[in-house]
Amino acid sequence: MSSIENKDASSLKAELIADFHLSQAKLNGKAALPIHQLRGEAMQNFDKLGFPTIRHEEWKYSNVSNLVKQTFDFHTKTEFNQADLDKIPLPHLTGNVLYFINGVYNAELSQIATPENKLKVIPFSEALAQQPELIEGYFGKYANYETDAFTALNTALAKDGVVVQVADNKIVEEPIILRFISDVRLANVGSQPRNLIIVGKNSQVKIAEAYRTVGDNAAFVNTVTEIIVDESAMVDYYKVQSESDKSYHIGTTQVYQKGRSYFYSATVTLNGGFVRNNLNVVLDGEYIESHLFGLYVPNGKQHVDNHTVVDHRKPNCESHELYKGILMDKSTGVFNGKIFVREDAQKTNAYQNCRNVVTSDEATMNTKPQLEIWADDVKCSHGTTTGQLNDEAIFYMQSRGIPKKEAIRLQLLAFAQDVVTQIKIDSIREYIEELILEKLEGA
Amino acid sequence: MLTINNLHARIEEKEILRGINLEIKPGEVHAIMGPNGSGKSTLASVLAGREDYEVTEGSVTFNGKDLLDLAPEKRAAEGIFLAFQYPVEIPGVTTINFLKTAINEIRKYNGQEPLDAAQFLKRMREKAKLVKIDDALLKRSLNEGFSGGEKKRNEIFQMAMLEPTLGLLDETDSGLDIDALRIVAEGVNQLRDGKRSFVVVTHYQRLLDYIVPDFVHVLYKGRIVKSGTKELALELEEKGYDWIKNEVDALEIA
Repeated sequence: MSSIENKDASSLKAELIADFHLSQAKLNGKAALPIHQLRGEAMQNFDKLGFPTIRHEEWKYSNVSNLVKQTFDFHTKTEFNQADLDKIPLPHLTGNVLYFINGVYNAELSQIATPENKLKVIPFSEALAQQPELIEGYFGKYANYETDAFTALNTALAKDGVVVQVADNKIVEEPIILRFISDVRLANVGSQPRNLIIVGKNSQVKIAEAYRTVGDNAAFVNTVTEIIVDESAMVDYYKVQSESDKSYHIGTTQVYQKGRSYFYSATVTLNGGFVRNNLNVVLDGEYIESHLFGLYVPNGKQHVDNHTVVDHRKPNCESHELYKGILMDKSTGVFNGKIFVREDAQKTNAYQNCRNVVTSDEATMNTKPQLEIWADDVKCSHGTTTGQLNDEAIFYMQSRGIPKKEAIRLQLLAFAQDVVTQIKIDSIREYIEELILEKLEGA
Repeated sequence: MLTINNLHARIEEKEILRGINLEIKPGEVHAIMGPNGSGKSTLASVLAGREDYEVTEGSVTFNGKDLLDLAPEKRAAEGIFLAFQYPVEIPGVTTINFLKTAINEIRKYNGQEPLDAAQFLKRMREKAKLVKIDDALLKRSLNEGFSGGEKKRNEIFQMAMLEPTLGLLDETDSGLDIDALRIVAEGVNQLRDGKRSFVVVTHYQRLLDYIVPDFVHVLYKGRIVKSGTKELALELEEKGYDWIKNEVDALEIA
């Protein structure tokens, strides 16, 4: 690995490469383990790929040049404690609630409610150091660390996160809520959480990832979650982002579904300076169902980019996708939805829809649906719309006594409801409803 | 109650109302008739405060207030209701929630406490009967997927719920079949209480068979060119508008 050169690399790239060498040096002879070999490969890939520029097709509208100019502390020790947590207005969360502060698991703040015979929860750091055999079969097997620079970076350098394992034939009633908090009160902080969620055959579970920033410095979160949904299993997966305007969030959720399984997701971006979500779902079995919902409500100069890939590999599956955006002020949005229907995937039903409302002349939305279909007996459709609020509807409401501002808010709220109501963890849904209401005050 | 004085209004560069004068007293029903493009709907829209129109001259006072100075929602709160010719579909907002918000905004404006859930439900049940509107319909998104008749009945239902003092009915009869026409008209008649006034904009006599007006005005080229009682409507039904057009056009040439 010593051959890595970085003459023209950004400061952030140089910093990360140096970081990797340091961590390699501490491996104490474990470097030969397959998992560390893989991390080495990932680092080489990252070095080769570098951070993407807008010349890269997948990053055309999302420019990370401001991110890579900055430096971030990836090793900061934080004193973040219960008292700090109490200061954040949060819903009362019950169930399995796990806290990660600057990417590091915090056992003190966390609670696990489900018995171990149903659900195993192990910090990723622990799995990596003590039980690599537990994750070797899965780690890096799904998320693309070959051509995706950020995933490569995460694969090489992720220190912590969580490994969740649901045994076969179990219904986990209590939701699993993963809360990632960037504590940037003292400095710019970077974190690279890595999560591995393995759901056994015929089991059911609800999982949420929630991201938030505390403090005024910049945060860089580069997160990767791999979810394996075994045969006939059902997974609800929610990602909720409420990060600061100075934060950069780049996240990949890689889902692998086996036959007759069911995956239901909602990605809700309430706040964040720069957000890029990749949600990639592979349907690798028959009679699979996948639902992908998304909602983003950027204001100010926030930028939210959702890239999704739905990969139909086998026959008789269906996927439904609905992403909705409300773009205010000078915010920008991107939706790129790919659907692949492979040659084998006959009788596929795949639907994609992206609808946006732009409330200001200065906000922009870029949408790009991409369907690649190699099978001939399929039903696929896609549609995108970007429009403004309906003036006639606003006048209609006003003519009934509803002030204009309230009429606009009601309409936007109604627009968002389609996605918000998909969230089946009540406390999280109510929390989102509240934050959206608050945010739309300024629409 | 309502005094319109020399009202001129235009949309973009086109002058549509060219000097309307009209006085409406409490309890009166005025029918506004006239050929297509005469400005009937424009008058209703201007009174309700639609932004597309610019008032260039004249005044409108409503219960002593300068109506043209008020935002549409304030006009509603003051007691004006416009039943739309083309009611708007609003996905995601149920009729019930919409009306709850509207009623309580109007009450707030008038310094009243909001209706509680029980009071609201009671009023809703009562008024739904007036226009034979189904409970299930009210739980759906406002006007979304409603038939033409359902939309118009919903307009009258909303009017009944909001209890305005002046109802403006903009071609409420268009797109209705015989039964729906009767139901809608009967709903309006039950809201006639001697104090509440109505302006009924219509192209045809048929609605006026049910809602019998006190006065009938004929609008042509943006002016009221003839006023009379309900007999005028019958005459128009029989003879059409051409004789009035000819009269007016002849005068203009002269």
